[in-house]
Amino acid sequence: MTPVEFANRYGLEVLSTGEGETRQIKGIYCCDLLSLVMGRAKEDDAFFTVMANVNAIAVGVLADVACVVLCEGIRPDDLALQRAQEQDVTLLLSKKDSFQTALDLWKELQAQG
Amino acid sequence: MSMLNLTYEVDGDDFTRAGEASSAVKKRLRSLGIPPEAIRKVAIALYEGEINMVIHANGGTIDVAVDPDKITMTLKDTGKGIADIKKAMQEGYSTAPDEVRNLGFGAGMGLPNMKKYSDHMEIDSTVGVGTTVYMEVYL
Repeated sequence: MTPVEFANRYGLEVLSTGEGETRQIKGIYCCDLLSLVMGRAKEDDAFFTVMANVNAIAVGVLADVACVVLCEGIRPDDLALQRAQEQDVTLLLSKKDSFQTALDLWKELQAQG
Repeated sequence: MSMLNLTYEVDGDDFTRAGEASSAVKKRLRSLGIPPEAIRKVAIALYEGEINMVIHANGGTIDVAVDPDKITMTLKDTGKGIADIKKAMQEGYSTAPDEVRNLGFGAGMGLPNMKKYSDHMEIDSTVGVGTTVYMEVYL
């Protein structure tokens, strides 16, 4: 499932599309400590966080995740949004918390097998 | 002489720009057709180094050399140095201030992540003089 397909199915807002229409999500990683995310998120994971700053976007780029999903309706600041668009990072916004949003995605990934 | 040498200055105390050098290196390596897994390792190791320079050393210089068999990264700063390298290499050990933690860093994972994602790493540090970190990722 691509990040944009996931966003459309569950009512998430697409703040920056990036490669989100073509790239496939292969796993899930939830964490707000960016140092941990750098070491442990895998390529093509969907990364769930409430850390809506420019550093979360940089981590998304460098760890090469499929998308960054901001949860709890916490919007990025202008700089973070601008950086996501410049760097082609797929950035989604969910009103639900990380667990609920990730659970929705997990069900989809399970259904795909 | 290497196939390609890249040099970047890292600004101190500017968290909004941390990651620019790593992102630029990532782009260049991609355009050279370096394997994606090696690029990811370089990008993560460099970004952690960049963050460390911003937090602890008021910036520094990053040199990246690309050779047919490896990518060598040299991160040099003239910051306060590392008093106990063995301790600093332990996951969870951190001397970062609270404002850094509020941004999501300072979890004591920087140097351990650099070691994890590089194939070879050496640290040369003198308190009051500065730190140089060498890292290699093999191709």
